[in-house]
Amino acid sequence: MLDKLRKSNWFRGYGAVLLVMILVFIAMSIINENFMTYDNMFNLARSTAVYGIIALAMTFVIITGGIDLSVGAHVGLAGMMVTLLTVREITSMPVAIVLSLATCALVGLVNGVLIYDGKLPPFIATLGSMTIIRAVILLISNARNITGLPPSFLEISKKTFGITKENYLGMKTTYGIPLMAVIWIIAILLSFIIFKYTTFGRNVFACGSNVEAARLSGISVRKTTYGVYILSGILCGIGGILLTSRVASGIPTLGTGYEMDAIASTVIGGASMSGGVGYVGGTVIGSILIATIGNAGTLLGLNTNYTEIIIGLLIVVSVLIDNFKRR
Amino acid sequence: MGEVMQKELIRLEGITKLFPGVRALNDVSFDVRSGEVHALIGENGAGKSTLIKIMMGVYEQSEGKIFIENKEVNYRTPAEALKLGLGAVYQDVTLANHLTVGENFFLGNLPRKMGMVDWNEIYSASQSTLDDLNINIDSQEIVGHLTIGQQEMVSIAKIIYQKANVLVFDEPTALLTNEEVEILFDLINRLRDRGYGIIYISHRLEEIFQMCDRVTVLKNGEYVDTLNVDETDENELVQLMVGRSVEDMYGIQHVENEEVALRVENLTGNGFQDISFEVHKGEIFGMFGLIGAGRTEICRAIFGADKYESGQVYIHGKPVHNKKPIEGIASSIAFLTEDRKKEGLCLGLDVEKNINLASYPLISKNGFINLKTERERAEKYIDEIRIKTPSRLQLCQNLSGGNQQKVVIGKWMCCDSDIFIFDEPTVGVDIGAKAEIYKLIEELIADGKAVILISSYLPEVMGLSDRLFIMSEGKCTGLVDRKDFYDEHGKLREDMALSRASGIMTD
Repeated sequence: MLDKLRKSNWFRGYGAVLLVMILVFIAMSIINENFMTYDNMFNLARSTAVYGIIALAMTFVIITGGIDLSVGAHVGLAGMMVTLLTVREITSMPVAIVLSLATCALVGLVNGVLIYDGKLPPFIATLGSMTIIRAVILLISNARNITGLPPSFLEISKKTFGITKENYLGMKTTYGIPLMAVIWIIAILLSFIIFKYTTFGRNVFACGSNVEAARLSGISVRKTTYGVYILSGILCGIGGILLTSRVASGIPTLGTGYEMDAIASTVIGGASMSGGVGYVGGTVIGSILIATIGNAGTLLGLNTNYTEIIIGLLIVVSVLIDNFKRR
Repeated sequence: MGEVMQKELIRLEGITKLFPGVRALNDVSFDVRSGEVHALIGENGAGKSTLIKIMMGVYEQSEGKIFIENKEVNYRTPAEALKLGLGAVYQDVTLANHLTVGENFFLGNLPRKMGMVDWNEIYSASQSTLDDLNINIDSQEIVGHLTIGQQEMVSIAKIIYQKANVLVFDEPTALLTNEEVEILFDLINRLRDRGYGIIYISHRLEEIFQMCDRVTVLKNGEYVDTLNVDETDENELVQLMVGRSVEDMYGIQHVENEEVALRVENLTGNGFQDISFEVHKGEIFGMFGLIGAGRTEICRAIFGADKYESGQVYIHGKPVHNKKPIEGIASSIAFLTEDRKKEGLCLGLDVEKNINLASYPLISKNGFINLKTERERAEKYIDEIRIKTPSRLQLCQNLSGGNQQKVVIGKWMCCDSDIFIFDEPTVGVDIGAKAEIYKLIEELIADGKAVILISSYLPEVMGLSDRLFIMSEGKCTGLVDRKDFYDEHGKLREDMALSRASGIMTD
């Protein structure tokens, strides 16, 4: 039975991490009564959504054997752009959103060009673009938090699909799934579909596994490289807009350090940093796990440094287990 | 050879190795004498590497005894084996690339003088070993700057320095150029003369006749026979290994067809000049030459993997100029590269994805793959070309060399190409799988496909080709018809091909 489990593809991928996630949920439900409540789950879903979307972006990049250090900067850029465009009433909100996402896609394309045509290592190319984007954000915002976002924009993160109930004071509350989580789920499904059903998805794996074999098999390495970095830019832009709506102002440092959480989620989910291996499901679980540990730490009143230690251990142990399974 | 030279160095008796569910070796005996090169041959899975790993202390035998100079010994680790004088050189050399030759000699055991590393000792001791073996390498050179051949020399010198007297060479020539092979053989000969015992493993039977004194054949984990090399021939060895003769292997059904599939006119590019030839439908067009003669370069240029400067390529009479592999595929060329691990396969992906790798556009609509067709194609080729794999979802890295090569062939068969370029298709492939690859080539030409076969192994390329295109230093030095492959006694004229390939003889 155990041997069969070990051999199954399901377990080889990210079954062990799924098990850990379930255990964390069970343990927390027992330890803390505030964990398994609607309010906490609602908040957890909203914060995981942003992490989750960015981690998906990172998964595409990591499967090609690359890395995108500029994901957090993309979050900040999209957030600040959408804030400035709406607060200063330069364009309407929908146009502002589209423009921000287009800018992120363009920056992604630049990353792709630097990496494919400029032959820069992805680490260097995206380290450079991250640094530049961060500086640009500070310049356009004068390094200040920008407030005054319209209520319709803040509504994005509050919007919930579900049943609306009235309490005894006459206040209406909607119980259900937050829009942010819905967008995340759509991103997950799209990623699944891309990897399972499209040539682009197969090419992403092929380029990560052996780029020369892929080229000689007629796969366009250029399109694949551009594709993943553009996709990464757009997904991170979406993450940035959702996060800005949630924090209700344009924050110049928004998304700082998110690249590390995204890499961690992807690796915990069973991806290989050398490319060719990675799982959408694994990344989803990885991001849930990281967000949940953070959330649990807060509920239990743990010093955040302890939760960081746990996440660090999780990264190392999950890769150790992975190595062990491969033997 | 004198009495002293024939002293037995190591003897393995009745070795059996059980892995969970598998009997990898069954009652195998083997011995090596001082001053001999003893070849160990067999198909993949015959048990050669298991036997070597037991000898080297990597595995422990389930049954059987090991004697060194007639004394029974027990050891558990490679380090203990080395202390007993057993050393191995593997085909993928294991040296630290960023360190110097000298540092590699002493890795993990640097000599010290007053607590500091004694660099003098490192470089003088390693240099004197290298000089003593006539190896022309500076001990202060960074290993990564050396060629693979030189690195192999360094590993040999290193185990000699570590006082090994039984040396195992596991496929030492797999990654070497012809010139480096000469140098290696020269070194092995000198080691034999000094009384070392050498175990030589290779898929290339011609090397056995060139180099070895005795040969032991294994088959399916069983001992078959030990023969003196000068009392046997290639036919007998192949018979012993696979139960089939060499003639049977090359004896394929040829096809007569005058229709031209590929025409190349005055092609000039990096590594070749003014090349012209035609390949007919149903023809096997052999290309022979020494390493660097430009055969691979021509084919890469035709396919579109590399650029060329001038000349014209026609496919089915139409001019084409492929600038990218994707255009080569579209113009109906299949290119099976020389190095399947580096250029042919995505080893980390499964068999199904690799088989479909070059043909996803054919089975997709608007970028969406027809998963059913994908699966059916994988199953079809696994079945048709007899790829031995537990399932279509097995990762390619877990398959044997021959089966990996078949996956590559399947990948190109999926593209429905008309022209197949095979670049060294049987390198590192065992005899059984070789025969099957020849069979597949036979099926391709029967189907009217044109085949270009690049091979450095003369019996193979002459045994299979309809015509042989011979090159030297980027130029054509001869185009020979099959009827001229043999002299009046019916013997293969290998010397003719070789003298053309080395540029001594031209048309």
